[in-house]
Amino acid sequence: MKLPTPLRPFTERDRVFDALVPPAQRVRRQTRHGTILHVEDVTVSFDGFKALDALTLYIYEGELRCIIGPNGAGKTTMMDVITAKTRPDAGQVFFGDGIDLLRLSEPEVAQVGVGRKFQKPTVFEQQSVWDNLVLALHSDKRVWASVWFRLAPAQREQIEQVLETIGLVAERSRLAGELSHGQKQWLEIGMLLLQQPALLLVDEPVAGMSGHEMEQTAELLTALAGERSVVVVEHDMEFVRSIARRVTVLHQGAVLAEGSMAEVQQDPRVIEVYLGA
Amino acid sequence: MGYKCIRVATAAVLLILLILGPAAAVERPFGEILQALPSASYEAKATLIRELAETGHPRAVPVLRALSEGDLYVRKADQRVFIVRKGEGGYDLVDPLSGEPAGQAGRRDVKRIGINNTLRNVLAAQLASLSLAAPEAAVRRAAVAQMLGELDASLAATLRARLAEEPDRGVRGMIREALALVDLQAADEATRLAAVQTLHGSLTPEARVRLMALAADPEAGEALRTQARQAVASIDRWRSFYRLMETVFFGLSAGSVLLLAAIGLAITFGVMGVINMAHGEFLMLGAYTAYVLQQLLPGQVGLAVVLAVPAAFAVTGLVGVAIERGLIRHLYGRPLETLLLTFGLSLILQQAVRTIFSPLNRSVATPAWMSGAWQINPALALTYNRLAIILFALAVFLALLALLRFTRLGLQVRAVSQDRQMAQALGVRSEWVDALTFGLGAGIAGIGGVALSQLTNVGPNLGQAYIIDSFLVVVFGGVGNLWGTLVAALTLGLANKFLEPAAGAVLAKILVLVFIILFIQRRPRGLFPQRGRAAEA
Amino acid sequence: MGLLWASLRRDRGGQVLLVLLLAAIILVPLLNLAVPAGAPGHLSAYTVALLGKYLCFALLAVSVDLVWGYCGILTLGHGAFFALGGYAMGMHLMRQIGDRGVYGHPVLPDFMVFLDWESLPWFWHGFDLFPFAMLMVLAAPGLLALVFGFFAFRSRVNGVYLSIITQALTFALMLAFFRNEMGFGGNNGLTDFKDLLGFDLQSEAMRVSLFVASALALALGFLASRYLTVTRFGQVLNAVRDAEGRTRFLGYRVENYQLFVWVFSAMLAGVAGALYVPQVGIINPNEFSPLNSIEMVVWVAVGGRATLYGAALGALLVNYAKTFLTSAAPEAWLFFLGGLFVVVTLFLPQGLVGLLRRSRA
Repeated sequence: MKLPTPLRPFTERDRVFDALVPPAQRVRRQTRHGTILHVEDVTVSFDGFKALDALTLYIYEGELRCIIGPNGAGKTTMMDVITAKTRPDAGQVFFGDGIDLLRLSEPEVAQVGVGRKFQKPTVFEQQSVWDNLVLALHSDKRVWASVWFRLAPAQREQIEQVLETIGLVAERSRLAGELSHGQKQWLEIGMLLLQQPALLLVDEPVAGMSGHEMEQTAELLTALAGERSVVVVEHDMEFVRSIARRVTVLHQGAVLAEGSMAEVQQDPRVIEVYLGA
Repeated sequence: MGYKCIRVATAAVLLILLILGPAAAVERPFGEILQALPSASYEAKATLIRELAETGHPRAVPVLRALSEGDLYVRKADQRVFIVRKGEGGYDLVDPLSGEPAGQAGRRDVKRIGINNTLRNVLAAQLASLSLAAPEAAVRRAAVAQMLGELDASLAATLRARLAEEPDRGVRGMIREALALVDLQAADEATRLAAVQTLHGSLTPEARVRLMALAADPEAGEALRTQARQAVASIDRWRSFYRLMETVFFGLSAGSVLLLAAIGLAITFGVMGVINMAHGEFLMLGAYTAYVLQQLLPGQVGLAVVLAVPAAFAVTGLVGVAIERGLIRHLYGRPLETLLLTFGLSLILQQAVRTIFSPLNRSVATPAWMSGAWQINPALALTYNRLAIILFALAVFLALLALLRFTRLGLQVRAVSQDRQMAQALGVRSEWVDALTFGLGAGIAGIGGVALSQLTNVGPNLGQAYIIDSFLVVVFGGVGNLWGTLVAALTLGLANKFLEPAAGAVLAKILVLVFIILFIQRRPRGLFPQRGRAAEA
Repeated sequence: MGLLWASLRRDRGGQVLLVLLLAAIILVPLLNLAVPAGAPGHLSAYTVALLGKYLCFALLAVSVDLVWGYCGILTLGHGAFFALGGYAMGMHLMRQIGDRGVYGHPVLPDFMVFLDWESLPWFWHGFDLFPFAMLMVLAAPGLLALVFGFFAFRSRVNGVYLSIITQALTFALMLAFFRNEMGFGGNNGLTDFKDLLGFDLQSEAMRVSLFVASALALALGFLASRYLTVTRFGQVLNAVRDAEGRTRFLGYRVENYQLFVWVFSAMLAGVAGALYVPQVGIINPNEFSPLNSIEMVVWVAVGGRATLYGAALGALLVNYAKTFLTSAAPEAWLFFLGGLFVVVTLFLPQGLVGLLRRSRA
């Protein structure tokens, strides 16, 4: 029997009754080839415009990868696809050893261990710094658990540590909305830390930061890599140079070049794209 | 075979008429025959009535009508015949020959010219056959329709005669149908079969009744009965097709009203992200503008309605601009607050109208050129007011489309709706665009109100009835998309009208609501969603 | 529990509300039953019922504030849940009439006899039992909210879209309940109630009991809502209100949170409706009208949203004004109500509570 399109999802039980689906398993760290993220042949088009054009990209365990590219290269769309915000028209995205990210919703993607920091710092402005961090804390995030949630001493300790790391100890009771732009960026990074992701996607972390803050951020991101994988999308070349070991250049929705910063900078295609020669 | 028979019979009758025609007309003057009426026997009266009809005198129709309605009297004093109008305290006499008033008479001074049922039938048939000669095709059509119920041999003869000289194709078709109805009763099987053939696809209720009877008649031959059954089936198919057409028509007209109501909403929501709960009240203001204009121009119903269109646009448009400048612009970026504010405004506007005009409904007269119906065939009639509204709505839609596409204002509106900040950076005065857009949306709602006033009564709650439907149209069609609004409005109008007969008006509405709620499930951004970066805003 | 106490200690407005309710629970019965009629300070049965009605509205306002103020769901259809709770109670009261109706039918309510119905429709069975009826007071609005919310939140309908859809929901229900065939008394609704749990509804003791029950329900509803808002659950709600996308990326299934608070709020509204019906003596489809639902929003807006006690305060004040104006100057009421919307949204975005806070600061 063929159902009309609007009714069809009602027959796909695992898609409809989300509450009945067991919570997605956290990623098992048995990555075969040391690859934590496989993005293969992913295509996304908006009204004929191809934001991603058969993009293929691998991120390795523990690496710090920078992704650069001119405006409209598809950097943000790529992050949207990985975090289930946008569904691609074609392609595959696997996380760890066989978790199909395309079948998960945004919260599920977060729960299997992908953290994302937005370009514009988004923190909960009406809540205190402390509460923002509590919300991010890695824990059972289902409704009923939240109703009866109490902060365990170990978790309190964890938050204290993060506060220290991001330098907001003195601001813990202030509303997040009252923080400076740079402080908000740090708070959001702190929240990501508490989420304990295996893969961290960071969109333009140093936008609007002073030179000193930038240095600190570079330090922090470098320190984070190793234990987890970090993907940084950034415009600021100076910053990229200061942290990057491996750089991927996106152009018109596909990978243009990949390699060390020095290699990439000498690639004639990259030079052409950037200088418009 | 069957057709040939009819043709032969028709030819024969024509021949007889040609021979007898001049002979029958003894050319007694009209007045003389008339004066013979009072003293004649019923049988003689029948002959006289035919003679009267055959003179072709222009006064024959009113006189015969008067006779059949019992208004033809004879004055006892001089035995003269008069048509009588019953007035206060006595009878007003009318000269039957000239139609001029001829003084008064007491109740006892005159005596009615009596008729019986036989004569009544004779009169009806003669009147109908007289109207057959009328110059207007519509009158002739009505005359044939009138005859369908009381067909007999003599009428059939008249009809056959008429068929030959009838210029109008539609009337000819009807006469053929009427003759076929007569032929159904013929003794000759072939004639009857031919008649059944002719009645295939006939839309008159009479034809279906007779064919049903024939199909069930045990005395008719098997072949005839089968043919009759098939004819009935074909009639039913056509009738249900026309019923469908009628439902489509009603659906389209309902959809057009929705379109007029929703399109302004779609613009303001699309461009400014503002939900205007007072939009329904703009509709109401427009309708009241039509009402007020009719009060100011008594006796000029049509003019008032025509003038009401620009007037309503101006009135509601100005109110819209005032509201936008005075209140709404303080709340940009806070859509929920705007929603509440405009809801408050809608309450105030409603109560204001209630206080000024009374809470009772007012009716706005429909001009003559918009009343009545276009009778396409016996099964399908399209009322002119609904037809006018469909055309009007489409005209407004196209005008708006052109405005947005080809004018500078349109360009600016589109720019602001796609990327407000970029438009501002490029020097578009977005405040000005907002005010004009809001005014435009309100003005179109006002025009819609004028259209609505031609369909229903005008009351303070008029807008309330349409606001939720309009929102559903906008949501269904996709925000900021005029074509989506058009499709959604017509779809919802049609859906409502198609569900109504099956489920009743209220249940139909509920079903549509449930459908939209489910639809939003699948396509949260409507039929024609904006995609890409614009959708993220 | 500790969390609740800790939060109440900081919640000055909540304390005031609870103290006032306690005072009312003690004083109103005293002034009505102990002070003889005619003596100064006596509260008539009419006034008691009126106050009880206000308290039901206050509870309803708390339920609206919970979803609007804390979770950002501007509901324009909460009247539906209120009315469903009311109908559940009304059905029980109808069954309690027994054979004392105008037509004296032992089982069928009058309107069914009038419509020539032979037997009780299936959904009327069980309502003669008080516990079942009370279960339905929670279940009927709860189920509607569950089904509606499941679909709406799953597909991320939000903002003004959600508001419009909630309004359409209550509008559809109003149309449905107006139909006689629905079996809820059509136009006239359910009325002519006699007694509840064997006590005459008109008696003074009954009125006072209903008032006390309403006050207790408001107090409990307030405490339960307050508890929810101070837990991490409440923080997530706030997070959803301010940055829905971010909340998702932190691993919260936003739709489940919205659904939970939505159903809880609908049940609170249902309780308010159930207490409202015996005090006013009638429930009819007009309770579903979109205007009623939007009035509830203005109570919350006037009081100050995301405060809970502000919502209760707003409900009391606006309804007092309504009672006063509709008798003193009926024409002015809608002008007043419309004006309230305009003034509050333009000048008092935080409501009266915000005004008070500012004047103290």
